[in-house]
This record gives sequence, C-alpha cells and structure tokens, in this order.
Amino acid sequence: MSDHAVSLPAGTGAIGLEASGPRGPKPRHVFSRRNIFLYGTLIVVALYYLLPLYVMVVTSLKGMPEIRLGNIFSPPLEITFEPWVKAWSSACTGLNCDGLSRGFWNSVRITVPSVILSIAIASVNGYALANWRFKGADTFFVILIVGAFIPYQVMIYPIVIILREVGLYGSLSGLVIVHSIFGMPILTLLFRNYFSSMPEELFRAARVDGAGFWGIYFRIMLPMSLPIFVVAIILQVTGIWNDFLFGVVYTRPDTYPMTVQLNNIVNSVQGVKEYNVNMAATILTGLVPLVVYFVSGKLFVRGIAAGAVKG
Amino acid sequence: MTRMENPSGSIQNPSVSIQDLSLNFGAVSVLETLNIDVAEGEFIVLLGPSGCGKSTLLNCIAGLLDVSDGRIFIKGKNVTWEEPKDRGIGMVFQSYALYPQMTVEKNLSFGLRVAGIAKDEIAKRIARAAEILQIEPLLQRKPSALSGGQRQRVAIGRALVRDVDVFLFDEPLSNLDAKLRAELRVEIKLLHSKLQNTMIYVTHDQIEAMTLADRIAVMKGGVIQQLDAPQTIYNRPVNRFVAGFLGSPAMNFLDGRLEKDEGNWYFAVEDVRIPLATYAFEKEPVPGAAVFGIRPEHVAFNSGAGWPFTATSNVVVVEPMGSDTLVWLKLGNQNFTVRVTSERTPNNADTVSIGFDPTRASLFDAATGARL
Repeated sequence: MSDHAVSLPAGTGAIGLEASGPRGPKPRHVFSRRNIFLYGTLIVVALYYLLPLYVMVVTSLKGMPEIRLGNIFSPPLEITFEPWVKAWSSACTGLNCDGLSRGFWNSVRITVPSVILSIAIASVNGYALANWRFKGADTFFVILIVGAFIPYQVMIYPIVIILREVGLYGSLSGLVIVHSIFGMPILTLLFRNYFSSMPEELFRAARVDGAGFWGIYFRIMLPMSLPIFVVAIILQVTGIWNDFLFGVVYTRPDTYPMTVQLNNIVNSVQGVKEYNVNMAATILTGLVPLVVYFVSGKLFVRGIAAGAVKG
Repeated sequence: MTRMENPSGSIQNPSVSIQDLSLNFGAVSVLETLNIDVAEGEFIVLLGPSGCGKSTLLNCIAGLLDVSDGRIFIKGKNVTWEEPKDRGIGMVFQSYALYPQMTVEKNLSFGLRVAGIAKDEIAKRIARAAEILQIEPLLQRKPSALSGGQRQRVAIGRALVRDVDVFLFDEPLSNLDAKLRAELRVEIKLLHSKLQNTMIYVTHDQIEAMTLADRIAVMKGGVIQQLDAPQTIYNRPVNRFVAGFLGSPAMNFLDGRLEKDEGNWYFAVEDVRIPLATYAFEKEPVPGAAVFGIRPEHVAFNSGAGWPFTATSNVVVVEPMGSDTLVWLKLGNQNFTVRVTSERTPNNADTVSIGFDPTRASLFDAATGARL
C-alpha cells in the first residue's frame, strides 16, 4: 500500500495540503534565548572555577619582584621554574628544609595501602551483604551506615588512645588503619548497591555451577565490576590524599602527609611570604587528585550512575 | 482446596521425590507440605499464576533456597542439605544468566573447570553439547553478541555439559518473542526425547505446559491443585481454579443450582435447565448452588437437534481470531462463549442455536470450587 502512496505526484497531497509547508528537521538558531542562557551560565561557572587556577599557575611561574608589582592576572614577563624546584626540594617546614618531596612520599605511603586495604575489605563486605544474605545482615548493614553519620571529631581522641595502646600511634600504618576504617561505611554501601543491581540469577547460576563464596567473587563478580572499583579508587585516592585532620592528629612531623606539610609551608610566619613558592606547592599537592580525575573521568561517571541505582 | 491423595504411591524408584516440603519466609507460607514424585525420564511442568510458588519449588529442588521442613530426594539420595552442585542438577534460568565477561565456550566450561575436570574431557563434553544444540559457530563469541534464542541455547548447553540427572527450567522461554518461543519449545521437546533425562519445567504459559509435559502440576498458593497428564487436566479439572487456568479461550462458567426432578438431575440457570443424565458425578450429588463449566470448543453451533441440551440465543459480540471465531452469547443472563470455525462466523444480533453434551462439562461446588 505504501507503493501506491509513493506513486502520487509530489505535492498533490490527497487532502490538498499546501506543498511548501515545514518539512524535515526544525531549524535551530545559534543565538536563541535558550542557547545564550545555557552557554552563558556554563561560561560563567567555568570562569569562576578556572580563574583561581589560572592565577595560581601564573603566579607560580613569576619571580618575587614581578609579583610585588601586583598585577595578579597578567602573564609572567619572565618565566621561571625556580619556585617549583624550591617548593619540591628545599622549602622549609620547621627544622626540615627538604621541601614537599618528603610529604609527597609520606602521602604515597599512606594512600596506596589505605586505598587497597579499604577497597579490598569493602568490596567483600558489599558482596557478602548483597549476595549471601546471612542472618543479621541487615542489622550489620544499618550499624555500618550509622557509622558514616557519626562526626569524626567524636572519634579522634578514642582512636588516639587505641592506637597508643597498640603501639601504632604516630606511625604510618596507624594512619592507614584509620583511613581504612573510616572509608568502610560509604565504600560498603557503594559495593553492596552495585552488587545487588546485578541479576541475581547470575549468582544462582554460578552456585549451580559449583562456585563457592570466593569463586563467585573472583571469577564472576570482580570481572563485571570494573566501573565501581574505579569509582571507589577515585573516592579513596582523593579523600585520603586530601585528608588533613587525620594526618595532623595521627602522625609525627617526619611522617606528616603532604597536605599537612603544605599547610606548614604556606603558614610559616618567619621571613618573606613567597607567594610563588606557595602557589607551586599547592598545585603540586593538588596534582595527584587532578590527574586521577582526568585519567578516569568517563569511567567515574559510568560507575557512579551504575552504583546509585538501587538502595 | 483439593489435595492429591497419596500422590507418591504410584511411582517406583522416582528420579526426584519431594516429601512434605514446606517453606516459610517469616510468617508467610510459600509452600505447604508439598509432595510430588517424578519418574525417571519424565517431563514435569509446574504451572501456575505468578506468586503460586512454582519457581520457589524449583529453587528448593536446586538447593538455592533452604527449606523449612520436608525432604528432597534425587536419584534415591537425600539431598535436602546438599549444595546445588552436589545434587546432580542443571538449571536454565529465565534471564539466561550467562556470565557476560566469558565467551560461550568459557560459559559452558565454567562449572567443569570449577569441578577440576580434565581439559580433554571438558573439550569433549563441550563439543557434544555444541553439536546437540547447534551452537558450534558461536563458541568464541561473548553473550552480548548473541540473540535471545542463541543465549537460551547456550544456557541449556551449560546444563547439558554438566552431565546431570535432572534438568530444571525456570521459565526459560518467557524472555523470547512469540515466534522464537514456539521454535525453542519444539527444540526442548526434541532435546527431551533425545536425552531422556528427567526434566522439571516451570512456566505460567499453559500452551508450553500442554505441549511439553508428560504430567502437569497445576499450583496455586503453594499447593499443588492437580497433578496429572495434560489431557486429563484439560478434560477433567479437579476444581474451578484449574478449569479456569487452563484453556484459551477460557471455560464458560454458569452460576446456578443443582436440582433433582422426578429422579433426574438438572442444572438450573435461571429458567434454563440443563439435563445431567450423561454427566459422571464424582460422588453422590446434593441439591444446592453449583457452577457449571463447559469449554467453548465443546459447544456445537447451529448444528440442529440431537444434543442432550440445546438452546437459542442472540449473538452479542463476535471475536474473529483467524483460525476460528469466538462468539459471545447470553445464556440466561450470563455470558457464554462458543468457538466456531471462521467460515461459519455469524453477524451481531443474529439468533443462533447451540447444543452440547454435558458429558464434556464439569460441575463445581459453588462454595469450595471442588469438582462434583
């Protein structure tokens, strides 16, 4: 029957519709009100966040005489990397004058084990809660989640005592344990929700096939949950790297993480304020989370969306 | 509800035997002291509306759910506390449940690899299953690159390679479109006649149940209503639920009274009297409220006298269905449908005559729904 319709001469619509009416996609104007609003807002917001970064980068590349001129938005007349070198290797905090490099390596030694440990435990927790409904699983889960709402300040002193008693106070491993524990509620929630959004029949099929608790975890669940692991890694890396409170409470000056050291450099009261060095030091400290976001942006969004579906 | 009377009496050496099985989730009773024996090589279909406990029963047999009471035997061995893998069962799921990150071959071999079976034995079994199911060209593909029908074949293959005694199917065709469903239905039937394994198949589709089953267990509310051959269930349903659940278009039900007049039993629907001289009562009838059921295809249409019961009526609605037509009439004041071949389709408001033999009818108690 469509053959019949096609064979009609063009324009002679059976009902006599005019031939020159709108046809095909509706034209869109580049400068419509909608576009101006949308892109205008986006540009303003982008400037709001990018301008401080621009000022920091520019300032860190200037020498002190140039900074004293006061034109904070102007690009450097003479580019110098000396502030960066100084911030990394010779800025003074207290008695140490070996720059941020010490704090950087401390932070690495804190972040890497904390991230691995907390994610390993939380993923198994979430898997057990979602798939192996043991008795009291829901109670356990509620207790864990309530833990996320207790303010950190309440727990700082008791944990100091506990760490002192077990002899880990002031050591990096003590801080690693603290970070792993505090990451547990939110990570467990994340993993539990992700695993319970997976079809249950998959889990049942694996049981019929004879796989046990660890067999299903490693051979079925893990290969399917890359996105949520990426999310967890990003959350933990940025969270632990940016942490200041636990770092300053649970470590000693020679084991301070980078954030604490940065604070000490920027807030040192003696001598001239070296704005260029401070800026360089700040960018150096923020570099790790920044790189993590850039590398994994797409996976991050996908994982967040996947993990957030089911409560 | 009518229970099976000693259902386990007839079968010697059952392949699967379920004894007094109960399952409660807290206060909710899902299965109630359920008994069923499945013979070696038998194809049993568990049929019922959603929520009747049929999938739950299958999961209990598979060992995926712990039972509250009762015992399960497979091949004479008490497997009530066994892990699924030790029960000698293979299971096919509605959503296929293929491992998405593995190729078809790896999917098929997963269970065997977990069990630590030798490589050449695995290869042999996969080759055999792939040949039976004609999935050889698909072995290196991922499940995402397969169509629904192919995925379900692989899922069946996964049960096949495990070399099990009993196959469990949990609504395996529900996710497929109508055409594919009909094709795979035939394939499953062929597979059963080739393998001669015991198969337990859960579905809510009565056509699947009728076509595949050696015996059908119709379930409702966690209780098996009737367990019998498809034809028996179709022709002699034990209660009104079974009668209404099977058959499409559905059986006609007329509310009325059972009456005795001069030694003959009648069913009275308002002023219409249906003589029951040829009806085989289950037990000695008592006068009172009852339901008269007859299938639309058992009613003769415009075919003259000679039937124990005849009546005339006006056509209300006509539903042409291609191969035949469903004609809606009024008998007394109640709806009544007749199935006629499409050449004899009447027009609306025509006056037509109908006739049937009460031998083919079913009478149910109005209160309990049990067959009279």
